[in-house]
Amino acid sequence: MAASSDDIVIRVRGLVTSFGAQTVHDGLDLDVRRGEVIGVVGGSGSGKSVLLRTVIGLKRPDAGSIDVLGYDVPNLGEAQARALEQRWGVLFQDGALFSSLTVAQNIEVPLREHLGMPEPLMDEIAACKIAIVGLPEATADKFPSQLSGGMRKRAGLARSLALDPEILFLDEPTAGLDPIAAADFDQLIRDLKASLGLTVFLVTHDLDTLFAICDRVAVLVDKTIRVGTLAQHLEDDHPWIHAYFHGPRGRAAQPTNK
Amino acid sequence: MAPPATIVASEESGALIMRAEGSWLVTSATELDRRLHALDLPTDRRVTLDLAGVDRLDTAGAWLLLRTEHALSARGNSVALANVRESFAPLLEQVRARGSGAPLPHPIPPHHTLIGFVARIGEITIMLGHRVYSMLGFGGLVSITFAQLFRRPRRLRVIATLVQMEQTGLDAMPIVGLLSFLIGVVMAYQGADQLRRFGAEIYTVNLLGIAILRELGVLLTAIIIAGRSGSAFTAQIGTMQVNQEIDALRTLGLEPVEVLVLPRVFGLVLTLPLLVFYADAMGLLGGALMSWATLGISLPRFLEQLRGAITEWTLWIGVIKAPFFAMIIAMIGCYEGFNVTGSAESVGRLTTQSVVESIFVVIVADAAFSILFSLLKI
Repeated sequence: MAASSDDIVIRVRGLVTSFGAQTVHDGLDLDVRRGEVIGVVGGSGSGKSVLLRTVIGLKRPDAGSIDVLGYDVPNLGEAQARALEQRWGVLFQDGALFSSLTVAQNIEVPLREHLGMPEPLMDEIAACKIAIVGLPEATADKFPSQLSGGMRKRAGLARSLALDPEILFLDEPTAGLDPIAAADFDQLIRDLKASLGLTVFLVTHDLDTLFAICDRVAVLVDKTIRVGTLAQHLEDDHPWIHAYFHGPRGRAAQPTNK
Repeated sequence: MAPPATIVASEESGALIMRAEGSWLVTSATELDRRLHALDLPTDRRVTLDLAGVDRLDTAGAWLLLRTEHALSARGNSVALANVRESFAPLLEQVRARGSGAPLPHPIPPHHTLIGFVARIGEITIMLGHRVYSMLGFGGLVSITFAQLFRRPRRLRVIATLVQMEQTGLDAMPIVGLLSFLIGVVMAYQGADQLRRFGAEIYTVNLLGIAILRELGVLLTAIIIAGRSGSAFTAQIGTMQVNQEIDALRTLGLEPVEVLVLPRVFGLVLTLPLLVFYADAMGLLGGALMSWATLGISLPRFLEQLRGAITEWTLWIGVIKAPFFAMIIAMIGCYEGFNVTGSAESVGRLTTQSVVESIFVVIVADAAFSILFSLLKI
């Protein structure tokens, strides 16, 4: 684990978050290296999504520091926040597309807001992103309500890639997809990572996704986090981690047992 | 800041070399796009796109490179990419897979054409017909469910009805009272101003009594309640529809109309007349205070004049309309709630629609009552 500090794009130290009297994270440390896919897993209510929301600055931590690409996230100034937001992309669970805009217009929102691009070039780039995430060209002028759940996720991914971010945050990208669509989505993330050199912070429940694309896995247990490769977690004898990876579903998803 | 991205053309031993340099990123794409469009492209040449000077590349940059390559080929040049860095290859491959044609033009929204406009008017007319039809259907459904209550009165949900009465009536008293009071004040002030010119200030009291009791009290209350409770009905039932709670009720053997609609309709039909009475009282109070302040009409004199100006029918004509208005507001509110489909966005749209519709129908009904009363010579 001797990565040089330049390689670490997300550094969380001593994170404490709570809702009222209920503490979700207590002294959590996490490093994410450039170019890796890190999967965050944990039981329901263990604070996976809360961790993601805290790292991207939507929730203020009660204590601890969060450093993304060298920016101190909880204490960002206006200009810093704008600069940082152009360097990451976030895909929310159901895509969170703006329902009053077409797919192409959704993708063009960050281009228009941050870069003030001319209309024809935005249309070209939007069409390009739509193709990259594997949607048919005609999707561009459809509204989110006209798309299926899987297509909405792809469109959401296209929007989060609009500014070619360095880090991609994904919140349960394969939840609610059928196994074929989920496998396609895994492949898509892997391709994008290879071609765009993305760092991916992935919150998931999906064991197949975990085994298919993650370089390292962070398990949220006991209000803190244990990070390691899958092989290391398979050896871990913490009861929850053991049950997670050696339960019937965990075993079924392991590539060696297929 | 990244070095600026450029493209430079030069001749070398019969071939044209175009050197791309700098960071071809989305942040510099606007500038690059302008330069590439300004570029004078040759025809029928051998062209090499040299990427040796490109130090950073993202999707937008890759798209611009490939677009240029495509534009060159389209002019009959034979184009080759040279010195592509290994790390850029997968990205170029990915973008190339999309093809390099221009994006599809946006379709013109149909209602922006003349025929589309006419067709839209037709569609809306037909849709209005369907709406009236299905609203009548909903009215019928509620009536039948209501009639069944006579056979089994125990199925009337008393607690739910009382809760609705509290929410639509008791909780609305501050706002209804305040607004009626203020309208009374305004009416008295304006009326006194005009009538004083004829030396007929005392008739301000007649004006107040008749206007507030017959029309303003009930209309104002109905409009406030349409905005406050009619919208709430649509939003509550609509949200339940989105959460599939309505389907859950049906599978549990409960009738949504009986559980959700009847308590709301009953609650409002019982509450609105009471609210109207209260609004009348507050309106007259506001008027009396203003008459005393601007015209010096004391409260006993106000009451005496009022007694001469109105009969008990003046009050009843206002109050009698209230249950009908309540029925309209509650039924439209619930009906629109059941119309919600799927998305949260439709809850918002239909809530707006329910308020607009119920205010519209309430005013139409008020006009109809005026005609009826004038025919009956009341």
